[in-house]
Amino acid sequence: MSHSVLLLALVVVAVLAYWVGKSRALSLVGGGRGIRNLHSLPSYYGFMAALWCAIPALIVMVLWVSAQDTVISKLVLSRLPSSVQSLDAGQLSLLKNDIRNVVSGAIPAESASPEVQAAAAGYRQLRSIADLSLVAVLLLVSGLGLFLARARIAPTLRARNSVEGVVEFMLMACSTLAIFVTVGIVLSVLYEALRFFHAVPVHEFVFGLKWSPQIAMRADQVGSSGAFGAVPLFLGTAVISGIAMLVAVPIGLFSAIYLAEYADRRFRSAVKPVLEILAGIPTVVYGFFAALTLGPFIRQLGESMGLEVASESALSAGLVMGIMIIPFVSSLADDMITAVPQSLRDGAYALGATRSETIRQVVLRAALPGIVGGVLLAISRAIGETMIVVMAAGLAANMTANPLAALTTVTVQIVTLLTGDQEFDSPKTLAAFALGLVLFCVTLLLNVVALRVVRKYREQYE
Amino acid sequence: MNTANPPVPENCSTVGVVTVENAVLSARGVDVYYGEKRAIKDVSVDIARNQVLAMIGPSGCGKSTFLRCLNRMNDTIEGCRVTGSITLEGQDIYDRSQDVVPLRARIGMVFQKPNPFPKSIYENVAYGPRIHGLAADRVELDEIVHTSLQRAGLWDEVKDRLTQPGTGLSGGQQQRLCIARTIAVNPEIILMDEPCSALDPIATARIEDLIDELREQYAIAIVTHSMQQAARVSQRTAYFHLGDLIEVGETDRIFTNPRHKLTEDYITGRFG
Amino acid sequence: MNKAEQTRARVEAGLKRRYAAERRFRAYGLGAVLLGLAFVVLLFSTLVSQGWSAFRQAYVTLDVQYDAAIIDPEGTRDTATLSTADYAALVRASLKARFPEAQSRQETKALYALVSSSAAQAVQARILGDPSRIGGHERLTFLANDRVDQLLKGRIDRNLDEDSRSLTDQQVGWIDALAADGALSLHFNKGFFTQGDSREPEQAGVWGAVVGSLFTLGVTLLLSFPIGVSAAIYLEEFARRGKWTDLIEVNINNLAAVPSIVFGLLGLAVFLNFFGMPRSAPLVGGIVLTLLTLPTIIIASRAALKAVPPSIREAALGMGASRIQMVMHHVFPLAMPGILTGTIIGMARALGETAPLLMIGMVAFIVDVPKGLSDPATVLPVQVYLWADSAERAFVERTSAAILVLLAFLIVMNAAAVYLRNRFERRW
Repeated sequence: MSHSVLLLALVVVAVLAYWVGKSRALSLVGGGRGIRNLHSLPSYYGFMAALWCAIPALIVMVLWVSAQDTVISKLVLSRLPSSVQSLDAGQLSLLKNDIRNVVSGAIPAESASPEVQAAAAGYRQLRSIADLSLVAVLLLVSGLGLFLARARIAPTLRARNSVEGVVEFMLMACSTLAIFVTVGIVLSVLYEALRFFHAVPVHEFVFGLKWSPQIAMRADQVGSSGAFGAVPLFLGTAVISGIAMLVAVPIGLFSAIYLAEYADRRFRSAVKPVLEILAGIPTVVYGFFAALTLGPFIRQLGESMGLEVASESALSAGLVMGIMIIPFVSSLADDMITAVPQSLRDGAYALGATRSETIRQVVLRAALPGIVGGVLLAISRAIGETMIVVMAAGLAANMTANPLAALTTVTVQIVTLLTGDQEFDSPKTLAAFALGLVLFCVTLLLNVVALRVVRKYREQYE
Repeated sequence: MNTANPPVPENCSTVGVVTVENAVLSARGVDVYYGEKRAIKDVSVDIARNQVLAMIGPSGCGKSTFLRCLNRMNDTIEGCRVTGSITLEGQDIYDRSQDVVPLRARIGMVFQKPNPFPKSIYENVAYGPRIHGLAADRVELDEIVHTSLQRAGLWDEVKDRLTQPGTGLSGGQQQRLCIARTIAVNPEIILMDEPCSALDPIATARIEDLIDELREQYAIAIVTHSMQQAARVSQRTAYFHLGDLIEVGETDRIFTNPRHKLTEDYITGRFG
Repeated sequence: MNKAEQTRARVEAGLKRRYAAERRFRAYGLGAVLLGLAFVVLLFSTLVSQGWSAFRQAYVTLDVQYDAAIIDPEGTRDTATLSTADYAALVRASLKARFPEAQSRQETKALYALVSSSAAQAVQARILGDPSRIGGHERLTFLANDRVDQLLKGRIDRNLDEDSRSLTDQQVGWIDALAADGALSLHFNKGFFTQGDSREPEQAGVWGAVVGSLFTLGVTLLLSFPIGVSAAIYLEEFARRGKWTDLIEVNINNLAAVPSIVFGLLGLAVFLNFFGMPRSAPLVGGIVLTLLTLPTIIIASRAALKAVPPSIREAALGMGASRIQMVMHHVFPLAMPGILTGTIIGMARALGETAPLLMIGMVAFIVDVPKGLSDPATVLPVQVYLWADSAERAFVERTSAAILVLLAFLIVMNAAAVYLRNRFERRW
């Protein structure tokens, strides 16, 4: 029986328990007229019974399912002939894979060795036993839960309070998920990155000037040990993000100023949504635009001026990334500018300042911390942006700051190292996690600083 | 130079004498609308040199609105429209050819809540002279800042920390900083919109003293919700009620012998 | 008065310069806005002008002889024989019959290349549908090869030198001849909307990716909506201010700004390698996107809950409702429009997300339309990425067209969000 069917059955049982609990409560007080004598509404007794019935069963089921495979594999292996038992770990795991493949039907049974066939048969048998006993255990647990709940139901029982306690606990559990995600990111990325740093020393990774992650397929191959110096990637990321900010910050800031301080309401309400379209376009679309329209255009333009431009230049990726970030900068700047209290503007106007003088010397000055925070957030986005650079920036890890050359970035390398077929444990794939760790740490730092600055700024004018 | 006062409209219903000798700013038949709503109705009054005009009245009577018309601060509010005429030395300030920037250099304003710029004390005061190009060099600018702060009675308190932010001062000091900022531009008229409402009594007393001193050089119009304050600092008082200017006259006379029923009710504390 | 006049003179003297600065500043602002608008226009006009033509496709109509000697030489008519017969030979024969002048091996090969390889399947379907057709003949319409299609749409320059274009002069001549007697023309490209991916541009469609996106988003919605709303309710209505809630808040705000590719790394390391979930599956993609959209949904939901005035809560509590009842009966329903708006915006973001899905193997080349949550699948933006990488010219217009399809979905979702906001949001 598949697990989803089991889950469905559990839901049906819980509904049943709800009904039992509710009618039990009602019968205790002699039907609908006696509801006043109950501490809680009858439905809460029903919910309580359903929870008592379903939650323990659910916990048992999760534990069972997660342990089942390991236990059965152990049992199967222990039954194998002793000649097999004495194999070393590597061969044993190969054998385990074979058995698993035969069981799942990925390999036809006839092609496997007799021991494997026997083991697979044993595996199948154990699994069906386990499935059946799981059903039995679940029935027992849920039945017991229901029985206990029913026995506890009394008019004075605070059913509502206990149900609400459970609900509140579940609400809280959902809110802590964010912490688990962060911890999960840190642990998983850190763990793989540490394995990488076993193979490649940290200082070589952080300060090395050469990046060519080609690893020998066999140990005896010469001259292809791979180089994992990430400085060219950091440089490329910095150059491309820098170009993006050169585009996004002035345009975003000036358009925010114009829309917030100059434009009349009609112009503003017509133009703002159109500019915000830029924020809603998927990055893969920008990547396509950069690679197929802007890239060739810049190349032709460069050639007509006698410049040598790579077909996948950092310039086109950076420009398009800048366009993508414009609405991000402008909406943040807009928030910050409108948060500046009118009294400050009045103060400047009353002295006879012109509009631009008021904006430049008073409004922007007051909004500066907020705007700086917003720009930091924008930089963090530029650094973490992936698709535009994957499609438009190229793979060559050049050590140059020339925006017309092809540069590569951290995110591009993560994607290229992890897509395509390779075994997971090679330094090549692990390097992607080391890069991911760097990316996560840098953006985290930027975000924490930026969010703190912005928050402080907001509180100042609240 | 003296220009004759503009004539008062025939239908002016205000009790008392609205005109005054030595007038700088004259409002005649001013109406202010917020969209459809008529917030100020047909107000005529003069503001004279070396004299403080206090505007009193219950909340929402339009005294602040009227004050904000006088240096066109209402321009920043959308949907606000002003009719009638307000003349500064005979020139209509709402005239098309009138430029608000030099206008506001001549008519300064101090607000209800102290609103120093998030800059240093020095820069706060120097801001006006800087944008208007009033100082030829740093020495002259220092001089303007110095005298302005001194006239605002703040110099002794802040002379050692001119580079610190103006927002770090106490409320009363901030308000005096705002006054210093205003007089640094050397205006002819200073408008004050309940300048003491956010301050404690001691700070209030200092500001009131300051207003009395400033009267020697400027024409001042002050909106206040405190009758005592009006009595203390002003020479003339105007009483507003629901957008109408009910009565105007010598302060002593208004407070001792009001002629209009509404004025009398307000002064004797029957409402307000 | 002398001093006042002096001041006035100085103010006047600076006015001209100051107003010039004012005009310049204003012009910069307007320029920035116009530049932004120009980018929008440029982007959309590029996409539309490149992509609209993919909605029409070149079809060739040929007279096909159902030659019994080729299909079923023994005359058994059994299905095994019929389904393995060489139908491509029939298509070749009909082309040969139409243009007998193609003689050399090279020429015939060029001739046969005019029709898509899917033509044989079309013939097979006709015969398997009704074996009695064998021996007769019929006019059938086939997909033309992508290069023929591109020539008809003017995307291959016929004035170019023969060597530098992907069609020979002879082929161009045949195409013109076919077009002249109406056997070759452009029609609505139904296959684009009904088929999965293909190596042949003329056979490639977006349907597989659309279904993959729907499955993935379905998983995301089912997970992220309940979890996100629960978290928001807890944080806004139940949590006491303290270190713990601060920690949760900081985490949520940071996760909202973590690069999406990092979520892909998490998915790869945890879901695929640790839990052994299937690669390329919408299930895993949905879970990863859930983690990605949760912060968005939580933040939007909290804002919506916060907008419900405290008086409503006091009223409910004053009536003797429990806190849960207060939330479920009053606050949550009132905040619902805002929460839904936030959810739709989060879903729209998830729909356009590409990078994390690359990490969990949703970039595989998949022809079949997925039928379940653990089938290998791809999604629309990844399809765009794959096609954008393809060398064939014809894929450029298909990429643009796929983007237009993707944008259409996004526009519908955002319009729904705007509608919800305007229709149901109330200001307190």
